[in-house]
Amino acid sequence: MGEVNAAESKTPVASAAGDDDLIEIIGMHKWYGDFHVLKDINLRVKRGERIVICGPSGSGKSTMIRCINRLEEHQKGQIIVDGIELTNDLKQIDAIRREVGMVFQHFNLFPHLTVLDNCTLGPIWVRQTPKAEAEATAMEYLSKVKIPEQAHKYPGQLSGGQQQRVAIARSLCMNPRIMLFDEPTSALDPEMIKEVLDTMVSLAETGMTMLCVTHEMGFARTVADRVIFMDGGEIIEENEPEEFFGNPQHDRTKLFLSQILGH
Amino acid sequence: MSEVAQHYPPGQHPDMPPPAGQRGVLLWLRTNLFSSWINTLMTIVAVYLLYKIVPPLLDWAVLDAVMNAANRDECRQLGSGACWAFINDRFSILVYGFYPAAERWRVDMSFILLCLALVPVLFDHVPFRKPGLIFSCVYPLIAGWLLLGGFGLQPVGTDEFGGMMLNTVVGVTGIAFSLPLGILLALGRQSHLPIVKSCSVCFIEFIRGVPLITLLFVASTMLNYFLPPGTTFDLLLRVLIMVTLFSSGYIAEVVRGGLQAIPKGQYEAADSMGLKYWQSMRLIVLPQALKISIPGIVNTFIGLFKDTTLVLIIGLLDVLGIGKSSLADAQWNGLSNEIYVSIALFFFIFCFGMSRYSIYLEKKLDKGYKR
Repeated sequence: MGEVNAAESKTPVASAAGDDDLIEIIGMHKWYGDFHVLKDINLRVKRGERIVICGPSGSGKSTMIRCINRLEEHQKGQIIVDGIELTNDLKQIDAIRREVGMVFQHFNLFPHLTVLDNCTLGPIWVRQTPKAEAEATAMEYLSKVKIPEQAHKYPGQLSGGQQQRVAIARSLCMNPRIMLFDEPTSALDPEMIKEVLDTMVSLAETGMTMLCVTHEMGFARTVADRVIFMDGGEIIEENEPEEFFGNPQHDRTKLFLSQILGH
Repeated sequence: MSEVAQHYPPGQHPDMPPPAGQRGVLLWLRTNLFSSWINTLMTIVAVYLLYKIVPPLLDWAVLDAVMNAANRDECRQLGSGACWAFINDRFSILVYGFYPAAERWRVDMSFILLCLALVPVLFDHVPFRKPGLIFSCVYPLIAGWLLLGGFGLQPVGTDEFGGMMLNTVVGVTGIAFSLPLGILLALGRQSHLPIVKSCSVCFIEFIRGVPLITLLFVASTMLNYFLPPGTTFDLLLRVLIMVTLFSSGYIAEVVRGGLQAIPKGQYEAADSMGLKYWQSMRLIVLPQALKISIPGIVNTFIGLFKDTTLVLIIGLLDVLGIGKSSLADAQWNGLSNEIYVSIALFFFIFCFGMSRYSIYLEKKLDKGYKR
């Protein structure tokens, strides 16, 4: 746990930077064995902010957002989510996970449950919502992602794009304050990328706090409040999308952008 | 074949049936029995073997068989086939062992209730499933009361258990208790907690490294050395515990195979939702892992059921033991075929039933994965 103070971690940490910060990452490091994956990550995310994280593969961007809901453990520094610091305390981890939804590259829907059961499982077992209420909420979100008619099918019967939209609806059913997207369109055919991105754009319009690891630069331009560029485990550059794409500061960023936008 | 090929403009070709010889019985015969000269040869050989085997078997088992006779010599006079009169004569001891004749209705009753208790466990979509499952849970207590007596019934000692009833008691108890224990052991072996993990590993490896017979000997003799003198610890109970522990070790390894087949993403999705360990195991991981493990689990159960005959070695008279001792009867001397065929049939019915159920279950659970 490195430098995290155990006594301090029991109580919610009052944020020095104001109550608007939903996520605070302060001097966070992570190693896989001896391999230094994340180096001195500092990031503040305000309520309602939409952030796109890009960078070459192996740059640590997925690892960084997976640290936010403790799918990966950090070894040094602090991560404070919604006023709760992430420590080894299982209760605090569960409390954070309840508030943070996550959408994965490979959807990770539960194949043995119907779409509707996928969506109601979290609310029923984690939030103790009555079944009827959970189902009503689930149908509402399935309508929002435009697949209410698939509710009683199994994930294996849907296309990739439909599965990813179910995954988004499933996360939203938990009524999270923050949504993390880990390359949500990387495993999809081009036609399906659009339907998923449309869903994400309309989610952004509701004011949800979002962190998206993605290579979809069009999405970054239209939706993001800030774009973060990572390389070699470090945040190289962060800026508003117009500045980021129009006037990149670092050579590494320029090279990356020229490669990704060049064709 | 005088049919003239007809041409249609593009996009207007109607659907047509396949040509003669490409459908129906002829096609099936050709593809399955006569597809090549080797296949044709094998078909002919198979038919010849069936012709050689089936009619004599039928003669022996049915047509020339004797159902009623007082002893072996009378049997031989009445017919040249199987002497089922022997089985008839011994039937009740083969089924009930030495269970008191007046109390045998209790064995029948507990068997009927067992079937009833199994229905809600094995099939969903049956009426009254929820109360049925409660009944299934209390069934072991009811069966114990019926078989052992007490509380108003005449007590029957476990040394009077025997025959098919003994095999069924050992088999069903072993199956019912080894599955949950095996699942716990498999989860323990996957655990991140070092003590839980090493205990599970030691237990599983010990069980798998030792023959069941050894464990049964330990149960019948050596435990007496470890227990304080004067403790009476029922032999059947010891056997039940050993058989359960033994098969739970195997079940644990089968289930571990299933657990390892579950993608990491499933655990992560469950974790990121905030599900607790036991919730994510029960709701997400185990339903998928057990489905994959069904063939292996049922395989272990079938093995366990057949291994119940090993109790013969420590002096419990199961169906095989009673069959063997019946052969020594002077009146029925030398009728071993009849006895062993009947015992084989008894085991086959139970094991084949389990095997068919596992196939049914696999098909039923496949629905979620098909496109």
